[in-house]
This record gives sequence, C-alpha cells and structure tokens, in this order.
Amino acid sequence: MPEPGKTLDIDTSPHLKSGASVDIIMRNVVVALLPISVFAIYLFGLAALVTLIAATLSCVLTEHLLCRANDKPSTVGDWSVVVTGVIYGLTLPPGLPVWMVIVGGVTGVGLGKFLFGGLGYNAFNPALIGRAFLQAAFPVAMTSWYAPLAADRFVTLPSSTLTLPFATPVYDVLTGPTPLAALKFDGDVTATGDLLLGLTSGSTGETGAVLILAGGLYLIARNMMNWRIPAAILLTVFVLSWIFHRIDPGSYPDPVFMLFAGGLMLGAVFMATDMVASPMTGLGCALYGLLIGALVVVIRLWGGMPEGVMYAILLANAFSPHIDNLIRPRVYGTQRRESP
Amino acid sequence: MTETTQPARPPVWPMYRSLVGIGVLCAVLIVLVFDGTRPIIARNRAEALERAVFTVLPDATRRVTFALVDERRFEPVTNGSGSLLHAGFDADDRLVGVAVEAGGMGYADTISLLYGYSPAAETIVGMQVLTSKETPGLGDKIQTDEDFLANFAALDVKLDETGTTLRHRIETVKQGTKSEPWQIDGITGATISSEAIGDILAASSAYWVPLIRRRLEDLETGGIDAAP
Amino acid sequence: MPLPDLPPTTPTDEFVKGLWRENPVFVQVLGMCPVLAVSNSAVNALAMGLATTFVMLMSNLLVSSLRNFIPKQVRIASYILIIATFVTIVDYVIAAISLELYNALGAFISLIVVNCLILGRAEAFASKHGIGMAALDALGMGIGFTVALLCLGGVREILGSGSLFGVALFPEAFQPWVVMILPGGGFFTLAGWLLLINYLKERREAASVMLQETPE
Repeated sequence: MPEPGKTLDIDTSPHLKSGASVDIIMRNVVVALLPISVFAIYLFGLAALVTLIAATLSCVLTEHLLCRANDKPSTVGDWSVVVTGVIYGLTLPPGLPVWMVIVGGVTGVGLGKFLFGGLGYNAFNPALIGRAFLQAAFPVAMTSWYAPLAADRFVTLPSSTLTLPFATPVYDVLTGPTPLAALKFDGDVTATGDLLLGLTSGSTGETGAVLILAGGLYLIARNMMNWRIPAAILLTVFVLSWIFHRIDPGSYPDPVFMLFAGGLMLGAVFMATDMVASPMTGLGCALYGLLIGALVVVIRLWGGMPEGVMYAILLANAFSPHIDNLIRPRVYGTQRRESP
Repeated sequence: MTETTQPARPPVWPMYRSLVGIGVLCAVLIVLVFDGTRPIIARNRAEALERAVFTVLPDATRRVTFALVDERRFEPVTNGSGSLLHAGFDADDRLVGVAVEAGGMGYADTISLLYGYSPAAETIVGMQVLTSKETPGLGDKIQTDEDFLANFAALDVKLDETGTTLRHRIETVKQGTKSEPWQIDGITGATISSEAIGDILAASSAYWVPLIRRRLEDLETGGIDAAP
Repeated sequence: MPLPDLPPTTPTDEFVKGLWRENPVFVQVLGMCPVLAVSNSAVNALAMGLATTFVMLMSNLLVSSLRNFIPKQVRIASYILIIATFVTIVDYVIAAISLELYNALGAFISLIVVNCLILGRAEAFASKHGIGMAALDALGMGIGFTVALLCLGGVREILGSGSLFGVALFPEAFQPWVVMILPGGGFFTLAGWLLLINYLKERREAASVMLQETPE
C-alpha cells in the first residue's frame, strides 16, 4: 500500500468524502446505546449486565469464528456485530438464562447475517432474528419478566440467569407483567409517569424511552440515521391508536401509552433503522415506517400476543426490497415523464 | 417416427382399455381393503370414544349414544352424525352423566373437547381436550396442568327458576382468584387458551344443559331399553 | 406406444442410489411437503416414510408390469390412478392400525398422492425398467426417504420434546426447544442437514480431485 500524500490517487467521483465509514457510524451507534445500557443495568442490576455481556460476546465470537472457518478476514473490526450484539441484548428479558442468550446470538448472527453473506447482504435485522428464534423456541422464558429496581439487584443474580445449559430456568422471584401484558391480559393500565421514566418491567433496554429518543436524536444530528423511519413509525402508531382510542376508549389504550409501552421506542429508533434491511429512498423509508407502525398497532390491538414490534419490523424488512423496487429514484438527466 | 412428420391418430382403443382396466383393478383393490379394515376402524373409533367418555364420566361403565331429534327429544342411535350425546350408565343401569362434545376457537386453532355433565349434581364432572394445536409448553397446559384440570371435577351449571338458562355462566378467572363454583381457575401464561376452554364450556353448557334437563327421561329410559 | 427399456444396470446400483447418491430428500429435494410437515417426531417420520415406501413399491411394481399396456398419452392419468389407489389403501390400513397415528399424520397421508417423488419414480424409472429393477429402485428410494425423514424427525424430537420415539432422553429439567416441533423447526433442521451433506460431498469431491492430480 503506497503512503498517502506521495502518490497520485486516481479514483472515480465522488472525490470529497465525509469520512463516515461503516466503523465510524457503528461506533457512534454504540455510543448512543451506552446510556440505555447503563440505565438498563441500573434498573435490573447484575441480570441486565450479564445478559448484555453474554449477548454481545456471543454475537461477536460467532462472527469471528465463522469468518475464520471460511478463511475470510474477520469482519469484527467494523463494529457492526457489536451493535447487533448490544441491541440483541437490550431486547431480551433480564434474567434470561445465559445459555439461551448464547443460542439466540449464534442463531441471529449465523443464520440472520452470515449465511446471507455478512454485512450488507442480510435481508433481516440479525438481532431480531436471534430474538425471534428464542421467542419461538422458549416462549415461557422469553415472557418471564423481573420487576425493576429490586432491592438486591446489584449483589445477587436471579436464579434463572445461571441455569445449566439445556435446563429449564427456575424463577425464584414472582415476575411482574410488562405494561402491555398487563393491559392485554388483565386490563390494567400502567401510569404514564412510570412509562416515561422507564420504571416498568420489560426487556432489558426497552423501558428507558427518554434515553432511547436521546440516543436517536444524537445519531440523527450526526446524520448517521435516517430520521424518516422512526418518525414515520411513531407518527403512524400515534395517529392510528388515537383514532381507535377515540372510537372506543374502553377497549383501546390511549396513544401515549402505545408510544411509550413495550419495545416500540427501541425498535423504531435502533432496529427498524438497520441500514441494510431498510429501504434506500426517503419516500421508501416513510412507506416502510408506515408499514411497521400499522403492523404494530394491528398486532398489539387484535393479535394474540401483547407485543408485536419484533414481528412488525421483521415483516417490513421482508418488504423493504420490494419498496425499493417500487420507488426508484429518477436517474439524473433523464426525463421526468416518459416522453410521448 | 411418424409423429415428427404427421401426427399419428391416437390409439383410442388401447387408451380406453388401459384406463378402464386400471380403474376396475384399482376399484376392486380399494373395495377389498375398505371392507377388510372397516370393522377394525369402527371398533378403534368406538374404543377411543368410550375411553374419552369414561374419562369425563368417572362413574360410568357403559355408554349409549343419543341423537337430538327435531331439537326436542333424544333417541338412542348406534352410529350417526350431528348433535350427539353420550349417556353414561353405571353397573346398576342408572344414568350417571352425559358426555357432550364441544368445540371452539383457541389460541392457535380450534379446540375440541368432551365434557361430562351430571344431572343429579347439576355440575360438570370431567373434561378432556380431544384435539388442540395450542403452543407446546404454554397453551397445551390446558391438557397437562393438573391444577387446571382439577377445575372440571366439579363446575356448577345449575339452571335458574325458568329452567331455560343457567343461573351463572361459566367463566375463566385469573389464576388463584377462583371464588365461586362456576368459575374456572385460569393458567398464567396460557390466558387465552384457558379462557377459550371456559368460553367453549359456557356456550355449550348454556345450550345443552336446559335441553338435557327437560328431556332427562329420554336418556334414562333409553338406557334401560338398550340394556341387554 | 411403450417406451423402449433402458440398458440394464446392476441391481445393487439401482438399490443403493436412493440411499445416498440420489437420496430423494437430501439430494433431489423432492416431496418436501410431508418431509417438513410430519417430521416433528420420530414415530411420525417413520410412519410417513414406511407409508410412502409402500405406496412407491406397489405403484412401481404395477406401473412396471403394465408398462407395455399403457399408451403414453394416458400414462400420467394411469399412474395417478394407481398411486391414488395405494394411498387410499394405506389410509385405511393406518386408521386400522392406530387411530392416534392416523390423527397425528392427518391430511398428509392423503397427500402422499401428490408426492412428486412417487410419480417421479413411476415416470422416470418404473415405466422404462423391468419389475425387479423397479422394485429395487422403489425400495432404495423409499428407504432413503424414510432414513432422511428419520434424520429430521430424530433431531426435531430430541430438541423439541427431549425424547426419541417417545422415550424421554433427558432429566426432568430439560428445556424443550418448542420451535423445533413447530413448522419453522422443520425448515431449520432440513437446512442444517442439507448444509452438512453438501459439506461432506464437497469435501469428498475435493479429496478425489486431489487424488487424481497427484500422480502415484
């Protein structure tokens, strides 16, 4: 490799580059995820810490080992798999057995990313593939939640975290339902204040809505995230649930609850915006966000499950190439309309 | 070959011959096997039904199947379809209960079940899920959870004064909050499946219990007639 | 007009090819509907494999013995008729043997009739070979199909229910992987087996190329 500055570089345009390569963007995403992770550890203690570490390590190691096994240079250095791992960890319930965390991480990166050809070729968000696999494989463990702010959370690990591999986890503390489950199965509405502050039970990192929004704004300000996707998702969910709430306030929750409960914030800001699995054009992103938002509302209001953000995003991922096919940018210099 | 230059006339007679010949051969084969297996299949089905009926009517030792005729009265039938009831009799030919099949939508697919109704006690005395595709490990607790199944050993379905409606509709309540004899203690984590069982039982009992009580003598005498 | 018989090959070859080299599931990837749908337990897989083998054996025998009698214009109709007959027979026989098994296999017994593997063997092999060869071909393919189904059913039952042929393999605390007995698990397991078998084949081919290149 010639030393820079001493040779004449001959290259095609563009010649002015912003310098935002994959690893710089991904490192910024990790920075944006840090406060959320810290807050998750504050809420759920050691359980969240162990889950996050296991999730990140299992994803990074899977990618590294698969690259090595295929005699390819390891792609761990581009930080994208670290982002996948942290996001994956944030979507898991704290106290999920470590062995299940590892199974999901290996599946997500191996099946959801590597088999498709690695970064840039994955049709679906790998973190969500891992989580979806776990949801289908271990439905009980994936819907057992610990209450936040337990008194001994920094000194003891919940018994379920350290379950032996392939064994059924045993939960020593009675678990608390998430706000959405409480609404769906018992008809209890969680106080909006608790929702905003994130002081509810739920996945490790889905509760701190304010911090998630702050992280998203940071990335948008640095032009590293397409603001249209989260904006379209949140707007669609808000408008649709407002309409249904107006029709029948008794059976449909109010729009603020819908926005801040469950994994919507985390999903809209950090998972739907996966650069590979989302559409390329601005209009396409808006359409994609609209689809996710509508699916979330449909699954939450009429589906059998309390939460639908994961499936909504995975389904929309599947649509995203077709959206790109439908909305193609006009090639510069060509006619606006087909000339007669 | 002739086909390449000019299409040959298709061989009509061999076509008829082979299709009809194979058709007849196949028909004979099927009829033979059908005839040979029919009694065995019928016996298998009857045994499976009998097992289920005796499970939901623990005191019964003999079963007579009745059909609802003209939506008013019951008549014993040997085999039939439509609205069937299975009356269970004990060793002394006394009617101990009626097993009713019911079905409805569960979480994943329709659930069909059989429950036993005791006219003497005016309660449901047993329930068995016949087919369900509920999520293994979660929804299928409706078949395996012993605490849940214990609900159906005695479930109140008393009629009110008019004799046409139940005094209290069967309902599923949150696990651990059962306080009345007509409530089913649900399963946490299988809320939808356990509520589905409650709804199926509620709908079916609201229809069948008044009918059975009104025409109880049909079932009782039917048992004596059919006795050897 | 009957098709001319193909030149004979060794009987062993015709039998063995279905087991590995032309395995209907792992190499030809035929008949995926029953493979994915009823391989959620080893018993179901075995029953479906045996039922398919029986239908294939009988239809191959009949097609082969009638191959000079059936005009080629109506051959597909005749084959379907023959296959459907044996599927109906299997349907009755399974119901007579065990209602439980019959309910577990459900509509997939009747769907053996549209298993492209069976029609494929009738059309591609039995209509051009003698009775003995046709029977060997059907047996080989059928056993290959059954073994493949058992491979899937075994993995899915062990992970999904912690048992094999209904016998529990692990202590009480084993956590079943529910996804494995759901339809999705069928796809995952099939993909895993295909991956393994293609990897083995590739390695063997690479080894044989190496052998040819290096002179003695």
